This record gives sequence, structure tokens and C-alpha cells, in this order.
Amino acid sequence: MIDAGGHRERGLKQSIDWKLVVCYLILVFIGWFNIYASVHSSEPASMFDFASRSGKQFMWIMTSLGIAAFILFVLSPRVYEGLSVPIYLGTLALLVAVIFLGIEVKGSRSWFEFGPIRFQPAEISKISTSLMLATYMSQLGYKIGRIKDFLITAVIILVPMLIIVLQSETGSALVYVGFIFMLYREGLSGWLIFMLGMAILLFILTLTASPFVAILVLASVVSLCICLYTGQGRMWLMVGVPLIVLTAFIPMTIDSIYEGQAAGEQSAMIINNVLSANGVDIPATEVTSPETAQVPDGNEGKSLPLYIILGMVAVSLPLMMYSAYRNRSRFAFLAIISQIAGIALIFSADFLFNEVLQDHQRKRIEVLLGMKEDPSGVGYNVNQSMIAIGSGGLFGKGYLNGTQTTFGFVPEQSTDFIFCTIGEEWGFIGSSLVILLYVFLIWRIIYNAERSREAFTRIYGYCVACCIFMHLFINIGMTIGLMPVIGIPLPLISYGGSSLWGFTAMIFIFIALYRNEKKYF
Amino acid sequence: MKLNRKNKLLIGLCIVAVILIIRLFSIQIIDDRYKMDAENNSMVYSTIYPTRGIINDRYGNILVGNKVAYDLLVTPREVEAFDTATFCNVLDVTPEFVREKMQEYKKNRRRIGYQSVVMIKQIPPETYMRFAEVAYKFPGFRGQARSIRDYPFNAGGNLLGYVSEVNARYIEQHPGEYRSGDYAGQTGIEAAREKELRGVKGYNIYLRNSKNKIESRYRDGEFDKEAIPGNHVTTTIDAELQHYGQMLMANKVGSLVAIEPSTGEILTMVSSPGIDVDQLANIGQHYKEISSDPYKPMFNRAVQAPYPPGSVFKLVNGLIGLQEGVLTPETMYPCSMGYHFGRNKLGCHAHRSPINLEESIMMSCNAYYCYVLRNLLENKKYDSIDEAMDKWNQYVRSFGFGQKLGSDFPSELGGFIPDSKYYNKVYRKGGWKATTVISLSIGQGEIGCTPLHLANLCATVANRGFYYIPHIIKDSENIRIDEKYKERQYTMVDTTHFTKVVGGMYRAVNSGYGSGGTASVAAVKGLDICGKTGTAQNPHGHDHSVFICFAPKDDPKIAVAAYVENGGFGATWAAPIASLLTEMYLTREISPERKPLEDRILNGNLMDRVKVRK
Repeated sequence: MIDAGGHRERGLKQSIDWKLVVCYLILVFIGWFNIYASVHSSEPASMFDFASRSGKQFMWIMTSLGIAAFILFVLSPRVYEGLSVPIYLGTLALLVAVIFLGIEVKGSRSWFEFGPIRFQPAEISKISTSLMLATYMSQLGYKIGRIKDFLITAVIILVPMLIIVLQSETGSALVYVGFIFMLYREGLSGWLIFMLGMAILLFILTLTASPFVAILVLASVVSLCICLYTGQGRMWLMVGVPLIVLTAFIPMTIDSIYEGQAAGEQSAMIINNVLSANGVDIPATEVTSPETAQVPDGNEGKSLPLYIILGMVAVSLPLMMYSAYRNRSRFAFLAIISQIAGIALIFSADFLFNEVLQDHQRKRIEVLLGMKEDPSGVGYNVNQSMIAIGSGGLFGKGYLNGTQTTFGFVPEQSTDFIFCTIGEEWGFIGSSLVILLYVFLIWRIIYNAERSREAFTRIYGYCVACCIFMHLFINIGMTIGLMPVIGIPLPLISYGGSSLWGFTAMIFIFIALYRNEKKYF
Repeated sequence: MKLNRKNKLLIGLCIVAVILIIRLFSIQIIDDRYKMDAENNSMVYSTIYPTRGIINDRYGNILVGNKVAYDLLVTPREVEAFDTATFCNVLDVTPEFVREKMQEYKKNRRRIGYQSVVMIKQIPPETYMRFAEVAYKFPGFRGQARSIRDYPFNAGGNLLGYVSEVNARYIEQHPGEYRSGDYAGQTGIEAAREKELRGVKGYNIYLRNSKNKIESRYRDGEFDKEAIPGNHVTTTIDAELQHYGQMLMANKVGSLVAIEPSTGEILTMVSSPGIDVDQLANIGQHYKEISSDPYKPMFNRAVQAPYPPGSVFKLVNGLIGLQEGVLTPETMYPCSMGYHFGRNKLGCHAHRSPINLEESIMMSCNAYYCYVLRNLLENKKYDSIDEAMDKWNQYVRSFGFGQKLGSDFPSELGGFIPDSKYYNKVYRKGGWKATTVISLSIGQGEIGCTPLHLANLCATVANRGFYYIPHIIKDSENIRIDEKYKERQYTMVDTTHFTKVVGGMYRAVNSGYGSGGTASVAAVKGLDICGKTGTAQNPHGHDHSVFICFAPKDDPKIAVAAYVENGGFGATWAAPIASLLTEMYLTREISPERKPLEDRILNGNLMDRVKVRK
């Protein structure tokens, strides 16, 4: 075939990345079989019966293949770059419109309904945002290090993300966080990912342990970074580590003092000693009689270590600032600022957790972090899902032989919790294989993206990889209790037309873009 | 391989994948916990419902027992095409019902899954046996035995209350205690003593396979839990007396309450018209009919209806007068067909004049109490009428009026006794005086009290100055009642003052016809009944007939209050009813010379007089 430009095209066999297509097909059909397994007992129909979920999924798969063919063979891959802005803005309009016009499904307004078909604009939004990012960032002269470029990039990501949060679809919004990996590939400082990780760690530490522990960890990490940067790693080991260990014992020491106090008279003596050692004079009567001895209540005892470590930080910060100033070290300055920001985060963690998060989100996090045992309430889903997966063992119970996933123990078993069916019926071998298939899919996309000579294709490819990765990690992490319960589907496998179409379009646009480059060589 | 950014990201991807796989490895292969839990999951818990506690009367007769009925359960997934005609025939249902139900199951098949649902509730054993013989023709259907309430006596429908299946709201209000399909007491004693009566559910554990077929008992029932039957509740009710009281009150609207003065135990509490026990047993079918009845049988008048007490309230005013010193037993007041003040008059009936306290009770003189109340409210002891009024209010409240008595019966109401604040609001401050509120003297005007209050007043007088909080649950081994029911509640009136009032009540009943005593109809030879009539004026129709009495005079065993709406004079309906109940309680029969009276009461019908909003 000769196209308008007069280049000879390579055949289909060479130009399309068949490995990617086959991997896609395998995942899609794994999904279909497992959806049948999860509903076959409550809907004993054939796999093709359109009244049952497996039948419907078959229909979604067929239409998805149609979409794929359309993207590969009809649509010119060149339209994406030109149309990305209108597509992006149109999607934003849809995202806003759905808040007002959409129907409510499980507490979130994110679905349009047209007769029997429901569709979620958030699925398109992932594609349109990726295209928009690719278009903007592939412009000549784009530098992510430049503040203006960085800010516009951030806006492109954050606007749809925030609208989706307004739809109460926090899970879908979380996927956008994944774009940070693409930004990293395109030159964003790795420290940003590091700080994001630190922020999450501090948040969790504050909630599960105490602000004291969180500040201690923060101070240790910041000081380690500074020392490593300035080449004083050995000094950190010699001075920093003992100091940190000593500080770590403060709460225990104070606890034991307070316990002693509760014991009675002896406590009065300890306080007396401590206070008089500090030069505080106490009238004898107040000390000798246990009734009048002022025993601070438990709360005071608990917050005391916090004040001590805050005092230590307050003393050390100016010193560090001074040394940073003397060394003209920009890095040290930034580190100090990060430390202050970190402490601010630690103190606002409770507020964020209790006031900003919604009730059900808070409960899910509490259950995940083990702050509350709740096997019949919020923890029910996770517990049941882990039981289902756990009961699969090495080889699984065999196809259609699951007991946990068939009788409605696991909720949402054909959509968000489809991985349970795989875990129970195919066991460790099967579920690991599914994870490896995803790893191959993502790997292959990144591999192709890197080989592409066009920035647009590369950036778009990374976006696709990031989205699939986030879905994979959050969804599977949720079913095995590593992540809080966040309702997002497992790409290509979970039941649902909207999601399958979305991911199909996303992946095949990439395949088409890549093929477009390849076919001229 | 270069450690560029692409490769760092790929390494990150691999690390995440490895974390996921390690986690999978740990829960699927290393950790046994999830496998054990999975075993639990494929166990089926089949609930064993406990039998509900029995409600006894004071002598151990069963008021509410249990009998067996069957619920027909259906597992829609297992149902095959069946012979609808036979099915409907044996179970007494219509084909439309069956069709409707099956369609409903089909619609909800995803939600129902392999579960069983109740198709028909409370099938009587005879009907179920008919079904059991042909049950093999109907796979997917099975019966579940369930105990339902049984009422040997037609006594105390309103008191006992009914039991019905819990609804969603009830489950929500009692978190963790009930599940859909459980039954709970909704009114009366069934509701008040739900915690004791309901018992504890048990369960059998079965194992099932992935096709949801039950395979066996789990460990031969080692972990099954027996249901614990509910506790028995003994009431203070006298079942036969309650039944007799209901017969007396048949076709009349009102209440009849009897209390044992020496304990405060409620012997009988009739609210008429009431709920028949036959209706209680199957409240679901009758609920509509009951709740749309214009006479409101669900409404327990005995504790919920605030009425003006009428002349029986003179006892209270007389006692307060004695205590406050504005009155002595010898004080004589004139009555010329009523009490005249200014151009107004509070009328009275013809009787001799002047009279003393005892006679005023015996003949129920209105004028006498107008003097008493006026002297109370214009007492120089107090700076203002407000103060005097509030003092009066305190006295009246000390008899239990104007507040909930605190009985163990649910939904008791407090009634109303006015105070100065109330009149200041109605007439503005200083805008009212003793004559403005003069009708309080004879128990009219702004007073509301329930028949239970009146019975309690009667018990207080019978005890000469104290009462026990009326209650309906008897102290028993199973259920210890609150200590407050065993404490004497004294009024603010000295016990010595009560003798005179009792004397008046004795003479009201036992002076013989022609003497002027208002309650001669209530006299029973040898029983020494003391009573006080009341005729509560009713602007909407016939006056209400009121009577309280206790007997015997010197060792009171029973105190009764009867309130018959639109019954006319106290002596016409209320006095015969209360005295017949008293006689029945004390002698267990009605003497031959009072048989005609009994006949008149049993056959009397006042329903036409009662105005209802239809």
C-alpha cells in the first residue's frame, strides 16, 4: 500500500505491537471467565446470556474490540495532537455536568445514564488528560524545571482531579497522583516523589503511633539527608544515631515516672527530687501528704515528650539555619523548610483526618491501619476478600469451585473485588500470573514509549503506564489489605463497560501512535 | 543496564509487583488464619428461636402462653414447577397470592440468591400438617416451627400488648439486638418486659459445599448453641377479675382500675373498648381494623386519658382543708341549692343544710367545697393568692396527681394540675381570684387526671394517707421489681385527717336509700364498702360517671376507680360497676339480691351516647 506521502507501509504483522495486543486480550478474557465464575451461581445462565453479567461483559469485550479496530484502522493517529485541547476541555465540561445531571450510584455522582447504558466521564478524562499532557509537554522548549511550565502541567492534572473529588470519586482521583511518575521520567526532581512518600509516611505514623514518633522520624530523615549531602555521613552515625535513640526513650521514661506517681507517696518524693533538682521550691506540706500532692493527669503525661522533642527541634533549627547560611547551602535550606512543613503536616494530620476526610473514608483508613477492628462493618469487605484469597492456597480451588466468592460473602465480587475470585479459584499461582501479566503490559508500554522518537508518543505512553499501574496497585492492594478500600476497577478484568472501553481506547491509542511511527521505517 | 530514570521506574514497578506477590504468598500459603476463616464462611447458621417467656397472673394462671405455628419457607432457586391448585388448597391461599410471590422472588433473585425466604407466616398446625403430607411434591418449600402467642383468658388485651415482627426502624433503634424476622413486644407488658421475655436465640451449624448444598452438621453439633427460653413474667393482674371487669365495661367507653392498697399492685386495669386477645394473637391481620376503629381500642384510657375527676376530687380538697386548718371535721357550711358568689352560682342538688365534713362527702355537696377552696386560696397565711394556689398545687401533687405516677406500665401520662403560673398566663397576673377558679373545688375546670390517678387516690385514702406506686409486674424470682414500688409514698396531709374522710365515704355507701347518701347502690352487705361518687360535667354530651371505692373499710383489700364516659350520674353506672368488681374480688361471687343490678350493667350499652369522630 502506498499512502499519500508515498512511503511504503509495512504490513500489519510488523507495524502493530502484537505482544501488547495479545497481553491485552489475555487479560480481557481472564476477566470475562472470572466474572462468569463470580456470578454463575446466582445467575446460572450461559456465559453468553445477555441477561447475566458475564454475557454483558462479552458484549462489552466485543464492542471494545470494535473500538480498538476503529482506533487502529480508521482513525488517523495524527488527530490526537491537534484535537487534544478540545477533547480535554470537552471532558472537563462533562465532568462538571455529571455532578448536576448524573445519577447517584453508591453516594457519588459520576455516572451518566442513557437508558440501559451507564458511562463515567472520569474514564474518558484519564485519556484526555494524558493526551493534553502529551501535547503540552512535547512542545519545543518545554522544561519541567521552569516554574511556569511546571505550574501549567500541574494545573492540567489537578483540575480534572479536583472535579472528580467533588463527584465523591476519591478513588478515581487518586489515580492522577500516578502521573507524578511520568513527570519524574520527564525530568521532575526525584525529591518530589521522595517528599510525597515522606508525607504519606508521616501522616500514617501520626495516626497510628504518635506525633512524637512522627517528628522523631522526620528529624532523623532530614538530618540524614543533610549529612549525606554534605558528606558527613559518618558524623550522622556517631552523633545523630545515639541522639535519636536516646530521644526515643523519653516517652518510656516519662511514663514510668508517672506510673510511679500513681503508686502513691513514693511519687511525691520523685517529683520533689526532680523539682528541687531543678531549683524549684515546694512547701513541705504539699509534698508529704499524698492527697495534696499535685499529680498531673494522664494527658499531661502523654504530651510531655512531644513538648520535649519540639523544644529540641526548636533549638536545633536556628543552629542548622546558621550553618546552612555559612555554607551557602541551598539544599540545607530546603531541607529545613521541608522539616518545618513536615511538622506542620504532623500537627494538621488529626485535623485532616477527622475534618477533611469523609466518614466512610476515615473508617476505611482506620481499619487498614489497624486502629479499629471492625470485621463486620467497614472491615467486612477487606476481611471477606482476604479470606477468599487466602483460602485459595497454592493452586486454588479450581475454576467455578470457589465457595467464598460465589455466595455473596465478598461484595462487589465481579467489579472491584474480582481479584478475589481469581485468588480463590486459581490460587497463588494464578493470581501471581495475573500480576505478572500486568507487569509485562506496563513494562512493554514503557519499553515502546522509550523507543519512540516522538516526545508526544513517549509522554502519552508513560501516562497510560502510570494509570494502569495506579489501578493495579490500588485495586489489588485493597483486596489483600495493603490499601484502604478504594473503589476503582482492576483494568480490563473488572466487570463494566465504561471501564473496559476506557482502558481499551487508552491502550490502543498508544498502540496506534507507536505503530504510526513504526510503519514508515 | 544504565540506572537512568526509565530503569529506576521499572525497578520501582518490579518492587511493587514483588510486594504484592509476597503479600499474596503470605496470606495464601503461610498464614493459616484465612483458611480457618474460610471454613467458617462455608458454615450455615440456622437460627433456633427461643420460646418467649410466659406471662402469668398473680395466682400463676397463664395470661399469655405459647403455641406452635409454622412459617412456610421457600428457597426460590430450588423450586420446580408445581401443582398450584393443590398448593393453594392445602394452605388456604389464593393462586393470585402464589403467583405474586413467585414473581416477586424472580424479580429479586439476585438479592435472594440461595437463601430461603418466608412465604407464609404463622400457619396453624392443622393446616401445616395437611401440607406436610404432600410436601414431597413441592421441592424448595419447607416449614419452620415457630412459637407464637396464645391467650387462655380473654383478659387484658391492652395491658398485655402485642408481639410482631420487627421492622427496619425497630432494628435500627436497637442496634445489634434484632435481625429481620425476629419478633418483639410492641406495646403493653410485652414491650415493657421485652428484655426478660424474649430469651436468647441459638443456632445449629451446618456445612455446605460450593453448590450451597448442606452436607452435614459441623463437628456433630459440638459448637451449636441452644436457644435460651425467655423468662416468665408474673403480673399483679387477677385474670378472672380482669375478665369480669372487661365484661362489666363491655359496650361502655371508659376505664376500670383496681389496686391492692397494701401493695400498690394493679389487680385489674380495663380500658374499654379494648383489644380482644384473639386480635392480639394475629395483630398483623387485625391492625388496620383496630387502628381505624373510631373508639380507638389501642388507646389505653386507664393511663392515657386525662379526665376531669369530678366530685371524687372533693376528698382531696377536704383533706387539704383539714391539713391547712381552714376546716375542722365539725365545720358546718350552708347550701341553698348551690354556692352563691356575686351574681353567679355554682349549683348543687337538694339536700339538708347546713352540713359538716362527713355529711358533705356523704351527700357530695358542692357548696361546702366552694367554701373550703375559697378559704384555702384566701388564707391569710399566704401573702398572695399565687402563693396559696401553688401551695394547693403542691398538696394535690403529693397525691400523685399532675404527674406520671411512675408505674411500670409504658406510655403512662401525667395529667394536669394548674398552678398560679398557669392562671397568670390565662387571666394575667392579678386578673383572677378564688371565685374565678372555684370549679376546682369540685374537681372540674382545669384538672386532668387519669383513671389510674383516681384509683391511686382511692388506695391512698384506704391506706389512710400513703400509697405505693401502682405497678403491674409482681416481684418474683425471675424478675425483681424496682425498690421504689415497695416504698410508702406519703401525701402532705397527716394520716390522722383521713379517718373523717373515710367516715364520709362509708356513710355515702352504707346510709341506706333516703338518707341522702349518694352511693347507696354500691352497698354490699358485710363488705363495708366506702366510696365516693362523681359526676364530671361534660360540655359535649352526657356527663361522665365516676366512682371510687375501697373495701373493707378497716382492712382494705381492694381500691377501685371506675370512669364511664357519658354515663351520667356517678351512681348510675360507675358505682354499680366498681362495687360489683369489689364484691367479685372479695367474695368471688355476686350475691343473689345484686344479680338484677349485675344484669343491668352487663347488658347496658352506652356506645350510642359516645360521640366519635368517624
